[in-house]
Amino acid sequence: MTMNLNRRTMLAGSLALSAGLTLPKMAFAQGTGSKKLLFVLLRGAADGMAMAAPIGDPGFAALREANLGDYESAVRADTMFAIHPAFERVGEAYASGDALFVHATATAYRERSHFDGQNMLETGGASPYAARDGWLNRLVGMIAADSGTEPPRALAIAPTMPLALRGDAPASSYAPSALPQASDAFMERVGLLYEGDPQLGALWERALETQAMAGDSDMRNLRDAEAAGELAASLMNGEGAAQIAMIELGGWDTHANQRGAFARAARQLDTLLGAYRKGVGGDWNDTLVVVATEFGRTASLNGTGGTDHGTGGAALLMGGAVKGGRVLADWPGLAPSQLHEGRDLRPTTALESVLAGALAEHMRLDPARAMAQLFPGRSASPSSGLIGV
Amino acid sequence: MSTDISAHIALNRFGYGIRSGDRPPDDARRYLLRQMERFDPKPAAIAAREDVSAKPGEILEMLRRLRRERQRSGGDTAMMDMSMGDEAIPSEVRQSYMSAGRFLRTDIALRTNVAIGSDTPFAERMVHFWANHFSVSAQKPGTHYQVGAHEFDAIRPHVFGRFSDMLRAAVLHPAMLLYLDQFQSVGPSSRFMQFRRRRQQGIGGGPQGLNENLAREIFELHTLGVDGGYSQGDVTEFAKALTGWTVSGIGRIDRFAEDKPNGAAFVAPAHEPGARQIMGRTYRDSGSDQALDVIADLARHPSTARFIAAKLARHFAGDEPPASLVAKLEKDFLATGGDLASLTRTLVEAPESWVAGPVKYRQPFEWLVASLRLCGVDDLDFRRISGALDQLGQLPWRAPSPAGYDDLEGSWAGPDALFRRVELAERLARNVRTDTVLEHAERAFPGALSDHTRTWLARAESGHQALGLLLVSPEMMRR
Repeated sequence: MTMNLNRRTMLAGSLALSAGLTLPKMAFAQGTGSKKLLFVLLRGAADGMAMAAPIGDPGFAALREANLGDYESAVRADTMFAIHPAFERVGEAYASGDALFVHATATAYRERSHFDGQNMLETGGASPYAARDGWLNRLVGMIAADSGTEPPRALAIAPTMPLALRGDAPASSYAPSALPQASDAFMERVGLLYEGDPQLGALWERALETQAMAGDSDMRNLRDAEAAGELAASLMNGEGAAQIAMIELGGWDTHANQRGAFARAARQLDTLLGAYRKGVGGDWNDTLVVVATEFGRTASLNGTGGTDHGTGGAALLMGGAVKGGRVLADWPGLAPSQLHEGRDLRPTTALESVLAGALAEHMRLDPARAMAQLFPGRSASPSSGLIGV
Repeated sequence: MSTDISAHIALNRFGYGIRSGDRPPDDARRYLLRQMERFDPKPAAIAAREDVSAKPGEILEMLRRLRRERQRSGGDTAMMDMSMGDEAIPSEVRQSYMSAGRFLRTDIALRTNVAIGSDTPFAERMVHFWANHFSVSAQKPGTHYQVGAHEFDAIRPHVFGRFSDMLRAAVLHPAMLLYLDQFQSVGPSSRFMQFRRRRQQGIGGGPQGLNENLAREIFELHTLGVDGGYSQGDVTEFAKALTGWTVSGIGRIDRFAEDKPNGAAFVAPAHEPGARQIMGRTYRDSGSDQALDVIADLARHPSTARFIAAKLARHFAGDEPPASLVAKLEKDFLATGGDLASLTRTLVEAPESWVAGPVKYRQPFEWLVASLRLCGVDDLDFRRISGALDQLGQLPWRAPSPAGYDDLEGSWAGPDALFRRVELAERLARNVRTDTVLEHAERAFPGALSDHTRTWLARAESGHQALGLLLVSPEMMRR
């Protein structure tokens, strides 16, 4: 008969046994240590004009005629914007002042390749492939350097490490697995086998730590958005928890029949964010959720009921301290002459400024320095007044 | 002391590792070059595959019919986007999706088993390299039956042929036409659209015009590369040249369809009339040939040569391949106009491809195939093969974007990904005969097995444990 040991206990035990390791102490500088950050990356270019539809703009109806029905009974964010009806829980957070949309925003990227666009959004570099590490990883290093303590625990809730979290600062990755668990004895031997290999040794050490943090889970994958949101919250709760986490959502590249496809993706995001908020519980005031995508989509629907790769889009900030309940936009207008290259929403707010400003205010970092380190080579200044302090 | 590790490099860097019971090759380069002659593009298992080319059309027609029925009864019109998660899915659709998913898993197992049993593993690696270059993903209705066929019919026959032939076959295969939305792209001034306008058919009733997805990805991912010298205007013009190319068996316009290779079709009334200007060249309106003419020029463009050379070098010679190797490959591609046999020979013959020490972290598919070859397991159930690849994070034909799976170490060398390999390794080793693991290890990595690994294999508590450790050893993780 097998002994029914708790996975957390077993792994912590085997960890100590095999390599004589102790878990890093979780000590954080005053003010930063209790702050949580969840970065949600929407891969595939989420349509900002579907998220928060500029129904008050006289040009909108003609551009999106086929999809107007979605907004007939949608929540009005203000006189200009309506929130997509799939964003139920985001809408509630908006109503209670905990959610902020930033519109007509984009990184400095002005071409239309997903891969280069995601590269810039994740590395924070001033051009694609200019930086090799991710801005979220540099944020971990920056917090550690500022506080003079152990770096905050950073975790990708994904089977592989997304570029935004790759770099010199320690970070781990975790996703629920449907594989049979390896035996304690085997894992111990693997630890010994990897002692002579710096790369595999370090990966293995982090894998064990994260497995111990995750504990027992019935989840087998991340496809259930509700469970994924709960998992993210639980991995960021309690002792040894991650302070900074990242999760990715796909399904946003809506080239055809966008109406259903976007609603489905938006429901997933909304469910995840709702479950995460619930799971975070009383720590919501110390939590910032940042939702961003590589670029927006064409202002007009294309020939197949979808939208093609565009430029300006929307981002979303959520959290108890977010100065929400508003859509922040220097609205460029939707008339043909107002569109970027005659086809895309013109970006008027640098996404990098929004990210650097929000993170700095949330994590109590110097905004100018955050901008320079996370998004080097930009002329724009970090935004301010996004988070209440 | 320097040991000859060329056999190790031929087996592992270029191939899928040694097969249980095989001996390492004596002449490493010859061993690789011979595979180009012996490679069978259509082995018996693939030849025996069921013909399912009519399936995508049937599925799309079913969805259209149900959508019309719903429209008539005033329901949701977004039926083309149904997913398995929706409650309201008719059982007919659910059944159809489940059969499609099952068929996809058998194709995944077929691909994997061909690689496991192959005595031309280098050639299989080339197949999978090119299949990833022309990545198609089973996500949209109909594609589940076509992504396997794409690799078997559009990639395999051309791996040692001409790049132009592979390009044409790959981007105009139904799998790609469906995946990148080309099948419903219609010329704005085409006869089809003029007819619709006369009839005043409004929105929501099928294709309304141009979709530039395929045109953009051919430029960016398949030929020139993102900085290859094309503009947004070129994308739109190329998209217009491509209009009319679709898959056979769908919609009312099917009666105008002219059959094209592999189940593709050309519908002349949907084609945008007129000459097109693309990257400074004029392409006269020659119907379906207009797109073919553009594709033929792209296949031999200097940007394409550079892009392909860098990508191929990165796959075999490291994330940061030597510039001299990239230059050799680029020169070869330009000189031969994209002869892939010559390009492959140049890769094998270049000293840069043979540097000692591992240059790449093995991707999950490579690791699983190499592990199963090493264990001599060639009869895993198709569900277990696709399940394992899913858990490892690299299910064939399910790449998250048209760029295919990433080919950089950072994408694969993650803590969780490593943990999964360890979990799977112990499970795999449990059912394998393991009395000679150490000898096995010496044969698998001739001249390259470290003393450290040797020591821990020797100290293992059992043969099964030793084999499990070998499967996750540093030697096995890299190539």
